[in-house]
Amino acid sequence: MKFTLSWLTDHLATKAGLDEILALMLKAGLEVEEVVDPNQTLKDFTVCKVIEAVPHPDADKLRVCTVETVDGTKQIVCGAPNARAGMTAIYAGLGAYIPGLEFALDKKPRAIRGVESHGMMCSTKELNAGEDHDGIADLDDSLPLGTPAAVALGLNDPVIDFEVTPNRPDWLGVQGIARDLAAAGAGRFIRSDAKKVPGSFDCPVEIKLEAPDACPMFAGAMIRGVTNGPSPDWMQARLKAVGIQPKSLLVDVTNYISLDRARPLHVYDAAKLRGTVVARLGKAGESLEALDGKTYKVTPEMCVIADGSGVIGLGGVMGGASTAVSDETVDVFIESAWFDPLRTARTGRATGIHSDARYRFERGVDPQSCVDGVNLALELILEHGGGTASKLNAAGSIPARIDKVTFYPADVERLTGLVVKLPEMRRIIKDLEFDIEDAGDAWYLLPPSFRFDMEQSADLVEEVARLIGYDSLPVTSLPEPVGGRRAITTPIQERVRVSRRVIAARGFLEAVTWSFMAKDHAALFAKHDPALAVANPVASELNQMRPSIIGNLAVAAQRAANHGEPGARLFEVGPIYLGDGPKDQRTVASGVVRPANQRHWQGKPHAYDSYAAKADLFAVLDALGQPGERFQVGAPTQPHWHPGQAACLKLGPKVTVGHFGAIHPGVLKALGVDGPMFGFELNLNALPQMKTRPTKTKPVLQRADLTPIRRDLAFLVDEAVPAGDLVKHAVGADKQLIVSADVFDVYQGAGVPEGRKSVAFEVTIQPLEKLTDEDIQGLMDRIVASVAKGARGVLRG
Amino acid sequence: MSDIKTIEKEALAAIDAAASLDGLDAVRVAELGKKGRVSGLMSGLGKMSPDERKENGPKLNALKVTVEEAVRARKAVLETKALEAQLATEKVDLTLPPAPGPRTGTLHPVMQVFEEIAAIFGDMGFTVAEGPDIEDDWHNFTALNFPEGHPAREMHDTFFLDAPEGGTPKVLRTHTSPVQIRTMMNQKPPLRILVPGRVYRNDWDATHTPMFHQVEGLVIEEGIHMGHLKGCLIDFVKAFFEVDNVVARFRPHFFPFTEPSAEMDVQCLREGGMVEVGKGAEWLEVLGCGMVHPNVLRNCGLDPATHQGFAFGMGVDRLAMLKYGMPDLRPYFEADPQWTRHYGFAPWTTPSVSGGLS
Repeated sequence: MKFTLSWLTDHLATKAGLDEILALMLKAGLEVEEVVDPNQTLKDFTVCKVIEAVPHPDADKLRVCTVETVDGTKQIVCGAPNARAGMTAIYAGLGAYIPGLEFALDKKPRAIRGVESHGMMCSTKELNAGEDHDGIADLDDSLPLGTPAAVALGLNDPVIDFEVTPNRPDWLGVQGIARDLAAAGAGRFIRSDAKKVPGSFDCPVEIKLEAPDACPMFAGAMIRGVTNGPSPDWMQARLKAVGIQPKSLLVDVTNYISLDRARPLHVYDAAKLRGTVVARLGKAGESLEALDGKTYKVTPEMCVIADGSGVIGLGGVMGGASTAVSDETVDVFIESAWFDPLRTARTGRATGIHSDARYRFERGVDPQSCVDGVNLALELILEHGGGTASKLNAAGSIPARIDKVTFYPADVERLTGLVVKLPEMRRIIKDLEFDIEDAGDAWYLLPPSFRFDMEQSADLVEEVARLIGYDSLPVTSLPEPVGGRRAITTPIQERVRVSRRVIAARGFLEAVTWSFMAKDHAALFAKHDPALAVANPVASELNQMRPSIIGNLAVAAQRAANHGEPGARLFEVGPIYLGDGPKDQRTVASGVVRPANQRHWQGKPHAYDSYAAKADLFAVLDALGQPGERFQVGAPTQPHWHPGQAACLKLGPKVTVGHFGAIHPGVLKALGVDGPMFGFELNLNALPQMKTRPTKTKPVLQRADLTPIRRDLAFLVDEAVPAGDLVKHAVGADKQLIVSADVFDVYQGAGVPEGRKSVAFEVTIQPLEKLTDEDIQGLMDRIVASVAKGARGVLRG
Repeated sequence: MSDIKTIEKEALAAIDAAASLDGLDAVRVAELGKKGRVSGLMSGLGKMSPDERKENGPKLNALKVTVEEAVRARKAVLETKALEAQLATEKVDLTLPPAPGPRTGTLHPVMQVFEEIAAIFGDMGFTVAEGPDIEDDWHNFTALNFPEGHPAREMHDTFFLDAPEGGTPKVLRTHTSPVQIRTMMNQKPPLRILVPGRVYRNDWDATHTPMFHQVEGLVIEEGIHMGHLKGCLIDFVKAFFEVDNVVARFRPHFFPFTEPSAEMDVQCLREGGMVEVGKGAEWLEVLGCGMVHPNVLRNCGLDPATHQGFAFGMGVDRLAMLKYGMPDLRPYFEADPQWTRHYGFAPWTTPSVSGGLS
C-alpha cells in the first residue's frame, strides 16, 4: 500500500516529519518497505533564471545561455528548442546525478562544440518527474531563484510503501493509517465522515439482491449531466504518486476513494444499463468481457452483477466493458456494495484477476461503509464534474456488530510484562474507535465496524502493547526450566548427529537434496504410492515424495562427474516417506559413491566397491553402539540394488535396518546415470534402542591374562555357500573360547574341484585357563565338525 | 712384566686401526681370545709367586679391562658406520604420493546451523522435538488459527498431495509450527521445545526454494510473558552471531497463531555483499514470534486463562547465509562438491555454547 505524506495529513493533524512518521509506522506495525522522497532525489536541482540565450557559433540546434543560478551566473550550452531569455527553468550544477538519464554530470565544465557548459537545464522527464517533450521545464516566472525543484514541480511529497498484514484491511485506506498513527502518538486524527448528499430525484436504476449471502447490501445513486473530463490536478498528482494512472474523473474518483477510505466503488454509464441491476450468482454458460479487455467464464460459484443484457460485472472483482464509463458518459450510476470475502477470493483465484477491489473485498471492507461510499463519490463528482444527483437507493442491509469483546486490563501485564496505567489503555482503545463499557476488572468493548480481528482479550493486549511500543517491554532472560534440565536431543537425533560425523570423516560430502523426486524415478525405488504424489509440484520432476535418498544422490554424483568431479562421495541423513501418515516418515542415512578410476605408482588402487560400502555402513553402526555381529546379511529386499552384489542387513527375520552394495544397473540407467555406483542406506529408526545403564560408571575391565591362540583353517565348500556361513558355524563351535574367525583367502581354480571353493580363515581363541595341546586339538575338531554339519565344509588337508 | 705397557699400546693401536667388525674381532681374538696375548699373560699368573702375583695381578686385570673396553667402544663406532652405510643404500623418494584415500568430507552448513541453534537453546533448557513433513490441514492451518479461506493461508503457497477419493488432501507442512500443536496435545506443560525441520512452499526464485529449513520454538510455562520472549531471543542472537553488542528491535506484525505478534530485526552493516551483525545502521529481519494465540491453546486443550507462553520461528537457511556468507540459497540443495567443501564444516566440529559454536 502506497500513500503520500501530504495525503496522510488530510486525516492526521501532526507536527511529525517524515522520519518520525516512519518510526511511528514501524512501532505500530506498519512495516515500511520503501520510501521515495523527491526532496532527496531532486536535492541537486533548483530553479534558475535564463538571462540570455544566443545561438551557438558552431551548432544550429544549440544555444549558449547565460543563467542566473544558486551557484552564481553560469554559461550553459543547451539543446532544448524552447530555451529562451527570461525563462524560469531547472538548473543542475556540475556533478549532479540526473535520475532520468541515469548518469552524473562531469565535475568539471565540459566544452560542447568549443563552448564551455557549466551545468545543465533539465526537462521534467530527465528528473523522472513528468513526460514533457517540448524541451526543458518552463516554469512559472513567479518562482524565486533557488527554489528546490521538488517544490517548484509540486513533487515535494514523499511516497511511502508499506506491507498491509492480512488482519488489517482498514490500512488499505489512508484514513485507516492516520487513525493508527494518531493512536501511536503522531498527532490528532481528523474525522472526515461522509456528508449526506441530498438528491433531487429518485434513483431511476432499480437494484435487486438475489444472493444475499454473496452480496447482502448494494447502495447506489445516479448523477445526471456529468462531464467526465480529467480529474482535478491534486487528485491526479496523488494517484500518480502511488502508481495509478489517471483516466477520467469518474474512474479516478472510485480509485481515489478506494485508496483514501478502503472503500471500493464501481461506476456504470447509466445509458448503457438495461433494466434492473441485480446482484446474483452466476449461471453456467455466462461470460463477461471485463474492463481489462479479457473475457472470463462465469461460474455459479461467482457473485455477478447483471442487468437485462446479462452479466455486467464480477462482484467485488472487476466491472464489465459493456457498461463502462467513457468521455461521452453523461449519466453515471455509482455502485457501493459489500461482497462476501471468501467468495470474492475464490472468484479472484478462479479468474486470476488481481484488482484493487478484489484485494480489499477478500480481506474485508467495512460493512457499514456502503452508504458513505456513495455519498463520498457523489460529493467529489458533483464538485468536479457537475450534474445533479439522485436520491440514494439501497437494497439489503448489514446488521451492525453487537457482540462485545471482553478485555481484561490485567492481561496486558500478564502477557507482555508491561505495566500500563488504565487511563493510557483507555486513551489507546478510544483512539482506535472502540466503545468502552468499563466494568472494573473486565472491560466490554465494541470494536469499530472496520475491524475484523477483534475477538478476545489478547487481541486488545496487542493493541495496547504495540501502540505503546514493543521497545517499552521488559527484556527478561528465561528462568531455569521448571523441573530441571533434560537431555536436549532424542536418541534418533543423536544417531543423526553421530552418523553424519562418521560418514563425513570417512570421506563423504554432506548433501541436502529435495524431499521430492520425479514420479517415474521414485517408482524405481518403491512401488508407486498415489498418496505421496504432489498435486501441485513446483516442477514436473519434483512431483513425488521420495521413498529413498539414493536416487537424488546418484543423480547428484553424476552431475558432479559431468562437472569434472568423477569420484564424488555424497551422503545425506534425512527423511524418506513410506506413506502419508504421521508415522510413515523415516530418517535414513544414505551414501552413494561413484568410483573414480584411480592410478597410483605403487599399483592400481582398490576401487570403491560393495565391500567398501559394507565397511562404511558397519563403521556407522559401530559408532552408534550397534555391534556389527548382531546383524545378518541377506539378499536385498529393495528393487534398486544389484541382486547379486548388494545385500540387506537384518535383525532377525523381520526387521531390515539397511542395505549396502552395488546399485542396480537398470535403475542407474533409468536415472540417466553412468554406472557402476555403490551405496548404503541405514534406517536410523529401525535400529534397536541400546539399553541405557542406570549409572555412567563403566563395568570393571575383564582383562584376558592368557595370550590368544591363533590357528589357520581352510575348508572346501560348495561355491554357493556364503563365507559368512562358514564363519558363523566355526565360531558357533564354542562361542566362549572362539573370539573371531577372519577369512583371509577365498580360492577357486587348480586343486579345487569344479563347483567348489576353498575358504581359509584364522580362528582366534581366547583361553580362559591354560589349554593343553589336546584341548586345542579337541576344539579344532569341534570346529571342523560344526562347519561340516552346518555348511557341508570339508577341511582341506 | 715390562711388556704389559707395550702390549697395551700395541693392542689399543690395533683396535683403533680395525676398519671392520671382522678385523676388530680378529684383534679381539688375538689379544683376548683363549690363545691371545693378554689371556696368555693372565694364565701365567698361576705360575707366579704370591708376591709377584700380588704385584702383577691388578696390572694384568687393568690391561684386560682396558683392551675389552677399547674393543667395545670400537665395535660401537664400527656398527654405527656399518648401519649408516647400509641406510645410505636404502633411500626412497618421499616426495612421491601415498596410496590414495578419500579426502575427509564436510558437513552441510544448514545442518551445522541447526546444531548451533539447538546448542544455544539447549543451554536455555529447551529440548528438541520433531514432527512429520506430511501434515494434515488441521495441524498445519486450522489448529494454528488460520481460518478456512483466510488470506493468510494464501501467503503460504502450500504444496498439496493428491487427495484420496472423497478425502481432503494432505499438505507438505508450510512451517514447523504444527509440531507445536502435536507437542501441546501430547505433553503436559511446562514445555520448552525447539523444532528443527524441513518445510515446503510452492515458490522457486532467487530468494525462495520449494524446500527450506525452519526452527520453531515454544515455551508454555506459568508467568512467561513477552519480556521473556525478548530476553530469550536477544540472548539467542548474541550467542548465534557470536557478538555481544547485537542491537535488536521488535516490531508488531501479524501471525495467525500468535497474539501479540512481532518480528525481530537486528542491526547490521551491509558492505560488499557481506552482512555484519553488531555493526552498522541497517536492520535485518531475523524471525517472527509472539505469545501463543489463545485460540491455539484452546485447540490443543489448554485453557488460555491458566496457560501462556511464547513461540518463535526462523528460517535457518537465511541465518546460515547471514552468518557464513553464502551469497545464494540455490546451491544449498544441489549437492555440489565444490560448494560443500568450501562452505561445509569439518566432521569433528560439534557446536556447543561453552566450546564455541563455530
